Amino acid sequence: MPYRSHLLVCAGTGCVSCGAFPLKEALEKEIARRGLGSEILVVTTGCNGFCERGPIVMVHPEGIFYQRLKVEDVPFLVEEHLIKGRPVQKFMYVPPEEKRPVPKMADIEFFKHQRLIVLRNRGRIDPERIEEYIAYDGYDGMAKALTSMTPEEILAEVTAAGLRGRGGAGFLTGRKWELCRREKATPKYLICNGDEGDPGAFMDRSVLEADPHAVLEGMVIGAKAIGAEKGFAYIRDEYPLAVKRMGIAIEQARGLGLLGSDILGTGFNFDLEIVRGAGAFVSGEETALIASIEGQRAYPRQRPPYPAQHGLWGKPTVINNVETWANVPSIIRRGAAWFSGLGTEKSKGTKIFSLVGKINNTGLVEVPMGIRLQEIVYGIGGGIPAGRDFKAVQIGGPSGGCIPKEHLDLPVDYESLTQAGAMMGSGGMIVMDEDTCMVDIALYFLRFTQEESCGKCAPCRIGTRQMAEILARITGGEGSDEDLEKLERLARAVKQGSLCGLGQTAPNPVLSTLRYFRDEYVAHITGRSCPALVCKNLIAYYVEPEKCVGCLLCLKNCPVNAIAGEFKKVHVIDQDACIKCGACLNVCPAKVRAVSKYTGEKGRAINSGLPRQEPS
Amino acid sequence: MSSELSLVQRIVSQHHHRKRSLIPILQDVQGRSQWLSPETLDEVARELDIPPAHVYSVATFYKSFSLSPRGRHICTVCMGTACHVRGGAAILEHFERRLGIKAGETSSDREYTLERVNCLGACALAPLAVVDGRYYGQMSETKANQVLETVKPSKAGRRGDR
Repeated sequence: MPYRSHLLVCAGTGCVSCGAFPLKEALEKEIARRGLGSEILVVTTGCNGFCERGPIVMVHPEGIFYQRLKVEDVPFLVEEHLIKGRPVQKFMYVPPEEKRPVPKMADIEFFKHQRLIVLRNRGRIDPERIEEYIAYDGYDGMAKALTSMTPEEILAEVTAAGLRGRGGAGFLTGRKWELCRREKATPKYLICNGDEGDPGAFMDRSVLEADPHAVLEGMVIGAKAIGAEKGFAYIRDEYPLAVKRMGIAIEQARGLGLLGSDILGTGFNFDLEIVRGAGAFVSGEETALIASIEGQRAYPRQRPPYPAQHGLWGKPTVINNVETWANVPSIIRRGAAWFSGLGTEKSKGTKIFSLVGKINNTGLVEVPMGIRLQEIVYGIGGGIPAGRDFKAVQIGGPSGGCIPKEHLDLPVDYESLTQAGAMMGSGGMIVMDEDTCMVDIALYFLRFTQEESCGKCAPCRIGTRQMAEILARITGGEGSDEDLEKLERLARAVKQGSLCGLGQTAPNPVLSTLRYFRDEYVAHITGRSCPALVCKNLIAYYVEPEKCVGCLLCLKNCPVNAIAGEFKKVHVIDQDACIKCGACLNVCPAKVRAVSKYTGEKGRAINSGLPRQEPS
Repeated sequence: MSSELSLVQRIVSQHHHRKRSLIPILQDVQGRSQWLSPETLDEVARELDIPPAHVYSVATFYKSFSLSPRGRHICTVCMGTACHVRGGAAILEHFERRLGIKAGETSSDREYTLERVNCLGACALAPLAVVDGRYYGQMSETKANQVLETVKPSKAGRRGDR
């Protein structure tokens, strides 16, 4: 290796938005200025997953992990670490509530407990250079499948591995392929479902951005197994970087004879086309996605027949999620036994989760199936920030549910999650603390599904609207005693009567919050109070006269001029004019904390003086 | 007007007049002309030889198509779950107040369009707003004011420095 050191600059969406590219330029300039251009190479990589700490730079071979770097830090970093050989402590990660930095990535709790299969190349290769993917065993699995395995053998391997669909429902991938392979009609098609619409989930974006070749390789292997020559990668339009990187990957693979006609000289043909989504959540549903590729409205249709029998243009079609495809190369390369050695009895391998919300270590984590929730939340995630208490974790997006504290020892696998009222979904994990109102969350999801309902079937179109209206009434302080029963009845009807997965799972957020947090609903209805101090109609902001120092800050920041007062005199909020935006609470200095939120009757009110977290 | 029509023709022929390419065609046209006018949609229908009703049904179904003109600056506020629990709704309301328009609207001087998006998949940055394609994470009211300052009509030239 001609270079003594490599600087790996993370170029995922998170780091890019915090300035990864200017940082990279600054590093290159400084390295050139110090005459180290022939010794040290700066490389951009895909997303590391620890997005909150961006921009991230890793120094190889030592494995030193630098975070939240700024352009101004570059000269010092180069001088100290790269010239004098002294890693710089002040740019290293310090775990929450600790003082000592952790220099190496491998020792950081966030990374330590992860098990990388799909994300194995994250942070170490440049996703825009196929050579780097190949250097880490890339296309080995495909070569093995094309040169030394029959389609039946590939199928048997994937089936034996026990791989299940990572898009949510968890259907056995091998079984799906088998169904399609048995169909006589030709041509057959493959689709990669990259229409990741679940709010709070971004693993597919990250995989496509960090390792697009893994998806591509998985698809070629799948194509050989089912006998397809044409595939489509359907990628969400909101992910421009993923579209770009997949495009580059396809071009490069074609250029090297790894895609297109006569792949690796084996006579096998397969080509791939990118289709950009156009912004409709329902197009993540497989039959709707197929309609979208055909140039129609993304309307789902009745199943069966399944796409494996009657799919794109009526032909047999296998449609798998991004993460599912990206698992395939490793399964073929390392064997079914290796893969199925990981995970639980029915859920094999690993799963990527996006750990977000009220959690210290926000980011993307890949963990073995069966890991306990608390290990993810407290071990990897580092717990809840600002000394608040964990309340629930929402898993599975709009199809999923909220899992409360009592179930933190739940093993994370398809069956356990469904039993607990949530769902694997695509793997969004949104952590919520005491300041999150569960009724408001249920309303949030129902508004989402109601807006995204395509309108084809009545239970989903009308039912979700009715449910959202009831929830809005409750959060607005106008709920009545019979509302809860009505909600439950509607939820059952929507679940049973809807045409596709969107409607069938839409009531889950309501049902799971009713199951675990019924008392919060009751507080809204009978107590006319919001225990989490979120629902605007049920809360009020007050300036505590004994604490207010009269600094004018809240007064100046109030968008509706609802605060009266003079310098060094106590300020007063006009309750009729107040729009409850919380600006006063957020700007009141931490030492003063004179603004409080109240709910219910002021006499037995709950006081919260904590502002929303500001970036540190 | 004639240049717009020829744009449609150019894009349709790039897609080999394939009817199934209606969505990418509309995306490409909008990518160049910012929005889809009734004339444009009719032209696409003629060029592809499909009923205008079909073109309209697709164009009105998908959220990324805009059937009304958009502003010079596009402000998008993320309403994903992570952004929601970290106060995204308050950020959107703040943008609405500052720009004097509701989400989904364009200001009368065609300067700003305010949009809400369900999730941009950058949840670690929550709450998140995107202004003219630039991601701004950990949004607050104060930060929103600073960002909007950079896209003020009179100071448009100074955009992008941060």
